[in-house]
Amino acid sequence: MEQQTVISSAAQIRSGQPVLEVRSLRKRIGRKWIIEDVSFTVYGGEIFGFLGPNGAGKTTTIRMLVNLIKPTAGSIQIGGYDVRSSPEKALGQIGAIVENPEVYAYLTGWENLEQFGRMLKGVDEARIKEVTELVRLDKRIHDKVRTYSLGMRQRLGIAQALLGRPKLLILDEPTNGLDPKGIKEMRDFIRRLAEQGMAVFVSSHLLSEIQLLCDRVAIISSGKVLAEGRVDELIQNRSNYVVWDVEPRARALEILSNNQITVLKQPETVLDDSVMAGIPEGAIVCQMEGSAMAGYTALFAEEGLRIQSVYKINPTLEQLFLEMTGGESID
Amino acid sequence: MTDLMPLIRNETIKMVRKKRFYVILLVLLVLVPMFTYAQMKVTERNREKFGTDWRRSVQQAITDNQNSLGSSRLPEEWKKYRQIYIQQMKYYLDHDVNPQEPGGVTFTREFMDNASSLFIPLLIMGLASDIVSSERTTGTIKMLLTKPVRRWKVLFSKLVTLMMFVSLTVMAAFVMCYAISGLVFGYQGFDMPVFTGFQLNGSDVDLSAVHAVPQWLYLFLQLGLIWFVSAVVAMLAFMISVLVRSTAASIVIMMAALIAGSILTNMASAWQSAKYLFMVNLELTDYLSGTPAPIEGMTLGFSLAVLAVWGLASLVVSFLVFTKQDILN
Repeated sequence: MEQQTVISSAAQIRSGQPVLEVRSLRKRIGRKWIIEDVSFTVYGGEIFGFLGPNGAGKTTTIRMLVNLIKPTAGSIQIGGYDVRSSPEKALGQIGAIVENPEVYAYLTGWENLEQFGRMLKGVDEARIKEVTELVRLDKRIHDKVRTYSLGMRQRLGIAQALLGRPKLLILDEPTNGLDPKGIKEMRDFIRRLAEQGMAVFVSSHLLSEIQLLCDRVAIISSGKVLAEGRVDELIQNRSNYVVWDVEPRARALEILSNNQITVLKQPETVLDDSVMAGIPEGAIVCQMEGSAMAGYTALFAEEGLRIQSVYKINPTLEQLFLEMTGGESID
Repeated sequence: MTDLMPLIRNETIKMVRKKRFYVILLVLLVLVPMFTYAQMKVTERNREKFGTDWRRSVQQAITDNQNSLGSSRLPEEWKKYRQIYIQQMKYYLDHDVNPQEPGGVTFTREFMDNASSLFIPLLIMGLASDIVSSERTTGTIKMLLTKPVRRWKVLFSKLVTLMMFVSLTVMAAFVMCYAISGLVFGYQGFDMPVFTGFQLNGSDVDLSAVHAVPQWLYLFLQLGLIWFVSAVVAMLAFMISVLVRSTAASIVIMMAALIAGSILTNMASAWQSAKYLFMVNLELTDYLSGTPAPIEGMTLGFSLAVLAVWGLASLVVSFLVFTKQDILN
């Protein structure tokens, strides 16, 4: 109940209303087009993932969202205000951490929040206290930031982003440098914020990590948005894979190709590493619906093949990304 | 203005907490006693040589300088300086005024004359050089510029804060100088007459406009001129701090410019157009004391104008660049 009031103004935006609209964004630095075509929409109350490998243009795009960089072309509207033409109104509706949460190390956490609070409207001592408690920093808030751990700095960064009761929270790689426990806490925290009506924009290069968190995602590579949509919908349209570990291998391949089943010659180009690691040596990876598994199992048995194991691979965002970029490295 | 006040407050807090100003006070606290001690030694030696009569010491200085004029090895430039010095000393002698009447006020006046072109600007640089570049080095600039505040307001609040601390620094230099040297020389000397208004015409000194002012007024004029020089140096350092991302680079650039200025002052008399450089115009207090300007045709008005143009131009550049530039890291 207490947290309900913390983000009260965010709740005023009904879910389903666009909070952030990015249209045909382009950015050229020198002669190089860093961002070629980026469009997406973030709606109130949702967690939006902005995914892509390092160097795809995520941070450049985020810098344009928060008015640190001027776009070469295209428009960015935050809550209906254009970032370039009315920056004060547009920026008043967002809280952001761009890359690392950089704060003044020679001030205390509290003094840092006071600094940023003075640049916002309607932030008083009570509000700073409220936010400090929200990010669970109240015990150390009067210590110099110099003495904080990375996780604490990250939380202080989020505290300053929340200070102005934003409708949209922009977090650039919020799980960077956190341990697994910290990552889980961060995910829970982001979910709590979104439940109270705030839209959260999260960028990450770790697709599998964010898949569990986001309602919708945009996948960016080499300065272009490759896909945008609900995670389940994006994955649904993707092919399923089945892994067969059978003896003799040659006979199984023959049967599969007779039935026009595509066998992957280089499965590592479309499957992510964690999945690849679990595949036994010499196993056959083929593209096939999970429902067809039973039929082929019977067929192989009939033919006298010995089936060691057979299992279906659930599609992931990373797999989707690898398919769309043709195996381009993620890191 | 109402929304600028909190920003200025922010900048002031940062400036205080970075402890830059304390460093400046510390530097003064160490250096002023050193110079005071040196001055005390000089006074002691003169007393041994000439007794308590200051006229003998001034007369000796005049004679020494006159003798050296005959030397053919002395460059023409220096001869000119010495001729002017001789005429000024004679003027003091004729009017029975001791130009080096010992006292805290006289010491402050002489110290400030020497400090205005290098020492004070150096202190100012310490304040100004990292005021913008440090935010870029640490990345906190991103936090500042993603807040719903126009960029020019952020920069303006930094400028206002800088000017407040520049004023404080100049005041602190005067006050500490007087307070510390007064311990040794006494705190008297505010009413002592000082001659000003020497007009230089080649090697001749035009004495028609010379008049005596009480030393407190002289000190006050000096304070104003040094403040002006400091403000301009601060604006230049401010611009460099906007243009250069690294604080170290920004300090090196300003240091190089200032030191180049003091070298040029000693050798630029042949290079006429050097007078439009800001560095050779920093010794505004020389116009008060009647020390010749390094380049022909420089007057107080000219130097003030040159400095003002440099200061304004750097402000224009600072604001244009800061409000337009992409923050890439």
